[in-house]
Amino acid sequence: MVKRAILSREELFSILDTVMDPEVPVLSVVELGIVRDVLATDDGAVVTVTPTYSGCPAMREIETEIRRALEEQGVGPVTIRTTYSPAWTTDWIAPEARAKLEAYGIAPPGAVEAGELIQLTRRVATVRCPYCKSVHTEQKSEFGSTACKSIWFCRECRQPFEQFKAI
Amino acid sequence: MTASFFPYLLRLADDRLVLGHRLSEWCGHGPILEEDIALANVSLDLIGEATLLLKLAGEAEGQGRNEDALAYFRDSADYRNALMVELPKGDFGFTIVRQFFFSVYSLLQMDALTRTSNADLAGIAAKAVKESRYHVRHSAEWVVTLGDGTDESHLRAQRAVDDLWRYTGELFMADAIDREVSDAGLGVNPETLAERWHEEVGKTLERATLTIPSVTYMQRGGRDGKHTEHLGHMLAEMQIVARSHPGATW
Repeated sequence: MVKRAILSREELFSILDTVMDPEVPVLSVVELGIVRDVLATDDGAVVTVTPTYSGCPAMREIETEIRRALEEQGVGPVTIRTTYSPAWTTDWIAPEARAKLEAYGIAPPGAVEAGELIQLTRRVATVRCPYCKSVHTEQKSEFGSTACKSIWFCRECRQPFEQFKAI
Repeated sequence: MTASFFPYLLRLADDRLVLGHRLSEWCGHGPILEEDIALANVSLDLIGEATLLLKLAGEAEGQGRNEDALAYFRDSADYRNALMVELPKGDFGFTIVRQFFFSVYSLLQMDALTRTSNADLAGIAAKAVKESRYHVRHSAEWVVTLGDGTDESHLRAQRAVDDLWRYTGELFMADAIDREVSDAGLGVNPETLAERWHEEVGKTLERATLTIPSVTYMQRGGRDGKHTEHLGHMLAEMQIVARSHPGATW
C-alpha cells in the first residue's frame, strides 16, 4: 500500500465515486446518496454512510468496497460510521444519475410525496417505460427483485421493467 | 438513560424479528410470484428494522451483546414480542390479515417514535415509517381483495379476523416499562395508538365487507415472556445454525 499525503475532501469523494452499488451497478454510492460525508484524518479517512432500506443486504458489501477503494489509493486506516438521520431518500439522486438509471433499463424514481401517513390504496403515478419511453405502463407490484425496486409492465412494447421506488 | 429502555427496545425489535421470520416462511410458497417476492421484501424490511433495534438494545443494555447474540442466543422466555406475531403463518388470508393489523400498528408506533429524544431510535423510526407505508398499503389492498372477493376468500379472511382479534388488545396494553420510557421521552405509550388504529382498521374491514367479532377477552403475555408453544418451535428453527456453530463466519 502506497502512503501518500492527506487527500482533500473532494479527492476522497472522487475516489468513493468509483464505488458502484452492487445491485444498481451504473450508480456510485456517492450518486445514490449512501455516502453522507467523508473526512480526512492522519493518512486515513472517516466515511459516514446511511443505509437505503433497513434490511438492505448490500450494505456490508458496500462498506467492504468503500474500504477497498480507499485503501487501494493509499488511504488508511478507514473508519466507517453509520448514521440513520436524516433517513435516506431517493430525492437525493441527482438528475444525471436518474438519466443513467433509465439508460440502464430501470425507470428512475418520481418525487417523494409526503401525503397522508396512512394511505390504504395506491395512487399510482405515471412511469415512463425505460425501453420505448411510452407512458402506457402499469404497476404489477410495489415489490421487486430488490427492496428498492417495483415491478412494471409496458403495454406498448410488452416489456416488463423495474422502477426505482420513491421513498 | 432509564433501565426500561433496554426491555422496551426488545419489545420493538422482537415484534419485527418474529413476524419477519414468519413471513420468510412464505418464500418459495407464495400464491403467485409477485406475492412471493412481496412477502419476502416485507420480511426483509422487518428483519432489517429488528437488526437495527437489537443493535441499539445491546448498546442500551451495555453487557456487550450485539444484535446476533440477542437474536440467536435468547430463549423464548426472554423474547418480548406480542403473541400475535408468533402464531404460525396459517393460510394466505391469515398472513395478510395479521400483516395488515401489525403494519398499521407499526406505522403509527414508528411515526410517534420519530419524536423520541434518542437520536438513533428516531432515525431508525424515520426509515421504518417509509417502509411501513408500503406494508400498510400492500396488506390493506389484499384485505379488501380477499374480504370482498369470492365466497371462499371472504370466508377465510373473516375466519382470520375472528381468530386474530383476541390478540390485538395486547398491542396497546401499557405496563410500567412503557410508562417509564414514555415519561422519559424515550418511547411511546402504546395506549395512545389504540384509537387511531381502530379507526383505520375499521375503515378497511368495512370496505372489505368483514366484521369485527364481539370477543372482549384479550390474550396477553408476550411482553412478559409468556409465549404460546409456537414461538419455541420457530426459534428452534431460526437459531439452530447459530447455536450449532457459534462464532462461525462465511
